[in-house]
Amino acid sequence: MKTRDLAYVALFAAVIAVLGTIPAIPVGPVPITAQTLGVMLAGAVLGARRGFLAVLLFLVLVALGLPLLASGAGGLAPFVGTTAGYLYSWPVAAFVIGWLTERAWDRYNVLRGTLINVVGGIVVIYAVGVPVLKAVAGLSWTAAVTGGALPFIPGDLFKAFVAAAIADVVRRSYPVIERPRRAAGAR
Amino acid sequence: MTLPLYVPVASPVHRLSAGVKLLCLAALAVLLFARPTLTVAGAALVGTLAVGLGVARLPVAVLARQAWALRWFLLALLVVHALTTDVASGAHTVLRLLTLVLAAAVVTATTRVTEMVAVVERLCAPLRLVGGRPQRVGLLIAMALRFIPVLVERADRIRAAQAARGGAPRGVRALRTTVAPLLVQLLQMAHDVSEALDARGADDVPAHRPRRT
Repeated sequence: MKTRDLAYVALFAAVIAVLGTIPAIPVGPVPITAQTLGVMLAGAVLGARRGFLAVLLFLVLVALGLPLLASGAGGLAPFVGTTAGYLYSWPVAAFVIGWLTERAWDRYNVLRGTLINVVGGIVVIYAVGVPVLKAVAGLSWTAAVTGGALPFIPGDLFKAFVAAAIADVVRRSYPVIERPRRAAGAR
Repeated sequence: MTLPLYVPVASPVHRLSAGVKLLCLAALAVLLFARPTLTVAGAALVGTLAVGLGVARLPVAVLARQAWALRWFLLALLVVHALTTDVASGAHTVLRLLTLVLAAAVVTATTRVTEMVAVVERLCAPLRLVGGRPQRVGLLIAMALRFIPVLVERADRIRAAQAARGGAPRGVRALRTTVAPLLVQLLQMAHDVSEALDARGADDVPAHRPRRT
């Protein structure tokens, strides 16, 4: 990993942090935040590896005690609370989005990007977040899904579109993801 | 913009090494889930409050803020449990969750960010075995923290420039005219920073690594 890659990783960790200053909408146990937009962007702009690291770095900053989560939460508490599963799923979501984006790089457009972001940013995040919410809060599946997934779907669809629209512009003016390297080991 | 979550007090808990505190927190979480009884959770909550307020002498407000943020959720949890299972299991779940969140808040409030960074670097030491460099983790953290205010400042600058030209575009158009160019600017800035760092030797192989001759 070159210093340039480290700088990109640090930049997107900062982007996710700043998106946390946009006020969150509290709905039940899990708030709607703009931060998942940052998670999608990290994957869609940086690709799988760097996107994953950017989100991981952001979570490390939160765990260190910086109040960077939406609504000013921080420290270790969010990692054991009800939203813990969503947090743990973020790096995976960025990785999946990045991986798919790299595969679709030559044919990337807003529609494809939106679909990719839906897979990584909605399917992956809910697949981890909802079961953890259920376990931590001791809820039934119905309650966990109505409290931890359904209210977010409209917002998340919108965020998936927004992230794809931004990533598409960035891709054309300042592409960070390189085309998939066919030659093995060349770096 | 960032209010520090660390509360400086001269107490034994503050002096305890960050690694030990993190281990205690992990042990507490394991205990609470392995022994799911009301007594254990209650005792853990009392213990956490005793350590946080008694030994570490944290202001009550620091812990109260954490509990207060969870109030509606804990209440809803109790109601759902009372309706589906029974009140006792609801009380237990609420107690366990509250204890863990408060214990985590105590660790955060008694440990400086720099100490936490040191723990992270130490945890990353095994990276060396696979050719990674733990020191770069510190560099990453430092860069991210520096980028946060820069980002806010750049965004404000673009907003001011657009206001001077008769108002910023709104809605989806703003993505193309404001957000995407901002991101491109920031990526270029990150690239410049990395070149500056490399010019100052950030990409050098650390001196203590044995070189082949």
